[in-house]
Amino acid sequence: MKPFDYKRAASAEDAIGAAASGATIIAGGTNLLDLMKLEVMAPETLVDINRLDLGQITVSGDGLRIGALVTNSDLAADKTVRRDYPVLAKALLAGASGQLRNKATTGGNLLQRTRCYYFYDTAMSCNKRDPGSGCAAMEGFNRIHAILGASDHCIATHPSDMAVAMLALKAVVEIEGKDGARNVPLDDFYRLPGDTPQHETILKPGELITAVMLPAPVASTQIYRKVRDRASYAFALVSVAAVIGMEDGKITHAALAFGGLAPRPWRNDALDRALVGAEPSAALFEKAADILLEDATGHGGNDFKIPLARRTLIAVLEEATK
Amino acid sequence: MKTDLTINGEARTLDADARTTLLDALRTHLRLTGTKKGCDHGQCGACTVLVNGRRINSCLTLACMHDGDEITTIEGLGEPGDLSPLQRAFVTHDGYQCGYCTPGQICSATAMLEEAKAGWPSHVTDDVTSAPELTDAEISERMSGNLCRCSAYPNIVDAIREVWKDKQ
Repeated sequence: MKPFDYKRAASAEDAIGAAASGATIIAGGTNLLDLMKLEVMAPETLVDINRLDLGQITVSGDGLRIGALVTNSDLAADKTVRRDYPVLAKALLAGASGQLRNKATTGGNLLQRTRCYYFYDTAMSCNKRDPGSGCAAMEGFNRIHAILGASDHCIATHPSDMAVAMLALKAVVEIEGKDGARNVPLDDFYRLPGDTPQHETILKPGELITAVMLPAPVASTQIYRKVRDRASYAFALVSVAAVIGMEDGKITHAALAFGGLAPRPWRNDALDRALVGAEPSAALFEKAADILLEDATGHGGNDFKIPLARRTLIAVLEEATK
Repeated sequence: MKTDLTINGEARTLDADARTTLLDALRTHLRLTGTKKGCDHGQCGACTVLVNGRRINSCLTLACMHDGDEITTIEGLGEPGDLSPLQRAFVTHDGYQCGYCTPGQICSATAMLEEAKAGWPSHVTDDVTSAPELTDAEISERMSGNLCRCSAYPNIVDAIREVWKDKQ
């Protein structure tokens, strides 16, 4: 690990000021310290935000405000989350291990980096780690890589489970920076790689995630289905978060989000729209999968994700509407 | 930099480079070698310790981030002649072969039983609104952050199940 200066932020302003001057914010550190050990990331200054008062889950209007430092364990164990937003509890519990969930935070989970092997291996080319160096995954082992939203410059996937559920719940990210606070829908928070895969979110230098807001709960069946190489403690090959409302045999609310498929937690407006107002049927679910996978592209090792995503989506829709 | 820690009930002051992980602080600086370094990347769980009662991977956190925290290592759970219930059950059920992962397994299980007691659900809990029974499947899922390359898993589950039943 490269040497760095360590500072403890006394306030959000303190953290924002340090980050604006180039410091890297550390919260749980479970991903950042791993990357620092491998020298994939080498911050000159770390600003520790763990002492800030951002660790509360509070009712906010009809919804819920989750402080950026709420740990993944506390969020998954929260009674309101389990009752009103079960897809979020399920997604959190499907991720990482008990030890990691005790450290990993809400803000950090959103900002975790891809687990692409070539991003982690500093001997290999990677446009995300070293812009302009190329993408070794393109012709390499790309079993875990993206089939949607990728570019010629980067086919890495976003690894979060939590963010996939939050996307299906239409979460909003609360951000503070030097120029004040702003709220950004999670759907607008992530960028696609294009020709700048090093820029993953819309956060500006010095901005700090302070909370994630969930809107009022929807009467719905909520499912998180994660398909992976082993039954526990593995990243998703394909995951589907579904929030489906039904009335009189028709779908009244549909919000689907996907993990393991794309450089960001993925969703598709047209897919949700095709479901709302319709009666569940095999033909409808096939059509939904057609919409999702219309632009899907495999790179060899990950070709299997296209049929796997289709089958997983259909299975989830069958379960949510039965 | 200086960091004040309470380790196994004893106040200790660490003076170490900011890069020092909690794991290296325990083993190298404070000579508490019960906590083991396996992968050093948060994947194996051999380094599991309790911080303020919660289990974490001590390899993936900096010691300086824990100023004022209470750390419990395997040495703090029990010692020869005065074993903790889980330490005793691991011996009874032969919950190891080489023993390298055992301190992490026991620290992890110690906190995991508290999580279960608090009614936390897990990935294999059918209804996340309920407080689940601690079945063998629940124990396995909740312990998936602790690898055992000797694959003593069946005996580890036996040991944990026994302590859980005794707690009820």
